[in-house]
Amino acid sequence: MKRLWRLRPFIVLYKSQVLLSIVLLLGITAAQLVIPEIIRQVIDIGLARKQINFILGAAFFIFVIGLAIAGMTYAQRYLSEWLASKIGYDLRNRMYDHIQNLSFSFHDHAQTGQLISRTIEDVRSIERFAGYALADLIRMGLLLVGIVSILFLQNARLGVIALLPMLPLMSLTISFGRKIGGFFLAVDNALGELSSRLQENVTGVQVVRAFAREPYEIDRFDQANRTLFNARLTVINQWSRIMPTSHFLVTLGTLLILWFGGQMVLAGDITIGEVVAFNGYLLLLAQPAQQLTWLVNLAGEAVAGVQRTYEVLDHEPEIHSPPGAIYLPPISGKVQFVDVCFRYAGENISALENIHLEVEPNQVIALIGPTGSGKTSLVNLIPRFYDITEGAVLVDGYDVHQVDLKSLRRQIGIVLQTSLLFSTTIRENIAYGRPDATMQEIQAAAVAAQAHEFISELAHGYDTIVGERGITLSGGQRQRVAIARALLMDPRILILDDSTSSVDTHTERLIQQALENLMQGRTTFVIAHRLSTVRRADLILVMDDGRIVERGKHDQLLAIGGSYREIYDLQLRDQDSFHEELQALDLLNRPRPELSQVDRTRTIDT
Amino acid sequence: MAQVALSNEEILAKGYDPNVTRRLIALASPYWQQILASLLLMLIGSGAAVAGPYFVKVALDSGLRAGSLTVLRQSVLLYLGVSIVQWGVTYTRINIMARAGTSIIFDLRNRLFAHLQNLSLSFFSHYSVGRVITRVINDVGVLREFITWAVLAVARDVFTLAAIMLAMLAMNVRLTLLTFSVLPLMVIATIIFRKRARENYRQVRAAISWVNSILAENINGVRVVQAFSRQQVNYDHFSQEVNLNNLNTNLRAARVAAAFPSVIELLGSLATALVIWRGGVAVFGENLGAAAPITPGVLVAFVLYIDRFFEPIRDLSRRYDTFQSVMAGGERIFGLLDTPVEVQDQAGAIDLPHIQGEVCFDNVSFHYSDDPAVVLADLTLHVNAGQTVALVGETGAGKSTFVKLLSRFHDPTQGHILIDGTDIRKVTQNSLRRQMGIVLQDPFLFAGTVRDNILFGRLEATQAEIESAAQAVGAHPFIINLRHGYDTPVEEGGMLLSVGQRQLISFARALLANPRILILDEATSSVDTQTERLIQNALARLLTGRTAFVIAHRLSTVVKADLIVVIHDGKIVEQGTHSELLALGEHYYQLYSLGFEE
Repeated sequence: MKRLWRLRPFIVLYKSQVLLSIVLLLGITAAQLVIPEIIRQVIDIGLARKQINFILGAAFFIFVIGLAIAGMTYAQRYLSEWLASKIGYDLRNRMYDHIQNLSFSFHDHAQTGQLISRTIEDVRSIERFAGYALADLIRMGLLLVGIVSILFLQNARLGVIALLPMLPLMSLTISFGRKIGGFFLAVDNALGELSSRLQENVTGVQVVRAFAREPYEIDRFDQANRTLFNARLTVINQWSRIMPTSHFLVTLGTLLILWFGGQMVLAGDITIGEVVAFNGYLLLLAQPAQQLTWLVNLAGEAVAGVQRTYEVLDHEPEIHSPPGAIYLPPISGKVQFVDVCFRYAGENISALENIHLEVEPNQVIALIGPTGSGKTSLVNLIPRFYDITEGAVLVDGYDVHQVDLKSLRRQIGIVLQTSLLFSTTIRENIAYGRPDATMQEIQAAAVAAQAHEFISELAHGYDTIVGERGITLSGGQRQRVAIARALLMDPRILILDDSTSSVDTHTERLIQQALENLMQGRTTFVIAHRLSTVRRADLILVMDDGRIVERGKHDQLLAIGGSYREIYDLQLRDQDSFHEELQALDLLNRPRPELSQVDRTRTIDT
Repeated sequence: MAQVALSNEEILAKGYDPNVTRRLIALASPYWQQILASLLLMLIGSGAAVAGPYFVKVALDSGLRAGSLTVLRQSVLLYLGVSIVQWGVTYTRINIMARAGTSIIFDLRNRLFAHLQNLSLSFFSHYSVGRVITRVINDVGVLREFITWAVLAVARDVFTLAAIMLAMLAMNVRLTLLTFSVLPLMVIATIIFRKRARENYRQVRAAISWVNSILAENINGVRVVQAFSRQQVNYDHFSQEVNLNNLNTNLRAARVAAAFPSVIELLGSLATALVIWRGGVAVFGENLGAAAPITPGVLVAFVLYIDRFFEPIRDLSRRYDTFQSVMAGGERIFGLLDTPVEVQDQAGAIDLPHIQGEVCFDNVSFHYSDDPAVVLADLTLHVNAGQTVALVGETGAGKSTFVKLLSRFHDPTQGHILIDGTDIRKVTQNSLRRQMGIVLQDPFLFAGTVRDNILFGRLEATQAEIESAAQAVGAHPFIINLRHGYDTPVEEGGMLLSVGQRQLISFARALLANPRILILDEATSSVDTQTERLIQNALARLLTGRTAFVIAHRLSTVVKADLIVVIHDGKIVEQGTHSELLALGEHYYQLYSLGFEE
């Protein structure tokens, strides 16, 4: 309940609607309570005294009350839905904005599926509770109070007797509600397990076939299926107990009324009409009492939902502009690392240690080293995606922690290894960082990124939608659109992950050209894999274990014969050696065969 | 996500299909005894439920009005007895039927899974993982709802309706007809409402899946979002378009959804008012039906019946939607079950005896069954046992198809593939593949521990054998450094481990299987220096002593091969050693001079 209390600010926002909803419920309850009374009067007065007009009036009155109930039910239901949708809308907006502002360190550990299910499913269970269950719980409370007091007012003794079966019914439903949540969770988990077995089997189908492991897989699936089967049976078993029992207890109330009330009628203490009305009131309680199971279930889900959404919302974005941040003026592109140490949150080992580096405007810096050596960590500090633990990162002499984040990141362009595009038009993808860019600017960026040609050949040109709902671009095409996107920002500092993704030679050459255009006149940090890029760099940083172990130019570093030499021999040399081999065979001097035999754009698929 | 919206449309467009119904019945038929028993119990239970108001009437009229305590007590005790019977009957019925329903679903899922294990690889290339999961999990889930609850609920509703009508008719024909007079209104209201509600439901689903996909994209691309400082623009788009659309769609649907219960409520009180009016007047004198006198007890019983009369009708209209999705889901499920298995063991196929590893392609041609374009044409190749063959060529030249034919994932359309002189179509697939190992370019690891993943190569291997396989490919040192060593769980798709580590584990898996013939699709991904060295060593270890086909990407691997086969446009254009082919100065030469030209 304490957890649900956290929803208060969202509900308080709509307090007049909530109030109106309660008033309507009161009205409905009152109106429903009137009907058994009318029927009592019909029997006791109308029929007993043979008053036709009374009966006619009663019939008309029942219809009018029905009309009123219908009207109020409509208004109340709509209000409930309205409240649910509004609260859902507000919460989802808040989740969306919060998630997109959380720092990289959060997203490094967060699972997309989890965040989505919290924003969609958990918010849904909260809105269901706020919209329907909350109202129904109030309705139940009101009905209970109303009916109990009427029963007692009319006849206290019969009231106690009639309500007797309600006590076990309530406690039974509540304990059921508590238990069933756990059983449903077991079913959900089992179903989740079954789908992941299936997903894995289908994703890894080649491996399964290759090792002839079908019987083993069928066996594993059967196990998961059986677990689900048992979990289901447990739930069914619970239902099979509660459903007939609660029905029986309600009937028991009627029986008690007839038994004891009947004796009272025969003794002349009460009228037949009163017995009938008593029963009518009791039946009014029956339906909500049985609904309690469902309501308790919803409340349980909402509690879990609140907990899960607030786990995200309570997570503060660590990285934000400091108060009174300086707006970074247009920079020239000088970058300094002053004794920088950096450790990821929750890790014991430093990702970067004692990094000291000075980069002049327009220099090209190539970073090289094994996976996990700190290349990506280093470049991620420049746009302040993470906060360092020691030292300072300066851009044009400004500490990146002191300046307005937006003014800093606007001047830095980034092309990631996996070129992520959004499922919208190519035009909007290129203009992602500058939604106000003109078509001329967009085209110019695309031309420089060697992307204009293929874009123009698409059916809808720049308005072609890419991604899930549109066409699929090849890796090389995506990369060039990403380059155009960075180019359009006209950043002073550029961060590149120059991946050797599998593209054909022709594309490879286009990308090279695009990258060269991109690097022109900017300070560039390249996480390099291509020999050509490394050779051209003004400074090569060889990284290992979070330190810069060697720095210098290609020839210098080769001459030292250290780490760089080793990397060159193992990974880059291939790109050189074939050339040498051909020279040795003296093939290069031979006239080349007709190249048209082989399509130039295709080649071995490295 | 767009797919979700689409499949909903499918659901809604589908009507009754006798074929699907017949097969659904066939699925349920092994449990006919349970179903029959449940139906009987259902009848008894509904009879008991309908009898309730009758006992109240007897208690009131014959007991109270007649002043007989004995009759009152008798009828109350009878009602109690009937209620206890109803309790027991409902309890038993739910248990029997739900168990049967759950068993039917259990069987169906196992059957679907087993069928998936037999389908050819080309099936999976055009039937996405998402679709398979939707079939086996969601579509079957809809069936479950239907079989476990809906079938009996419909039976109960129909029976309850009939019983209530009979009871009412037995008590008083005129009052019954009076009650029925609101039915046409009810039918009209239901039809109008259902139609609108269905359309609204579709729109609500589409709206939330739009929210879903925009959200997913923003989270996946959060680094780009922040790098380009797009938060404000994205938030405006989300809150003013995507999420607002969801809000408005829901509110539009709510306007309709709120109306239906109100209308039913209103019709209920209309019927009650009519009965009170006409019935009340009839109690004293104005005869409506001379044969059936109206007493206060009849009146009360009627009011109670009216209350119970509308519930089954409401329920039936809800079931109609379920029924439509069952038809659509059923058709898709049976569609999957009916997909023919392309590669099957021949009748009388024998187990392939222990092989040496000599491989012969004899005039082999291949095209896919649904596409007449020739993928491989007239391949003839002879490979001695123990040789390493490097397959080179452009993307799409046919290298992957070549190895798929060899492992009999497809059958050639012409010619024969012989292993140790035996046509691979004459042996069982299982015995063939057990002697072959396949290492894929993107090493796939299953959820489970590192040990489970290596063990996948040979389930009965001992820990010592597992470790020596890991040792041989150089994976052992990093494995024992993992948190729980060999028992460290590998997350789905092996995300915890680096690409290089995953490759080494898949090598260990292949080595443990100790195949006579090894097929290896060399990875292109760049790994760090140390791992690269490990991989190159492991590769050498893996290839020795067996026939190996390598789809090669590393020059070093190609150079070392005993035989290089150049495939171009589905044909073998050159074969020989590195220096022979280079000296030839044609395809092989061109491939490499283009690929590595500076």
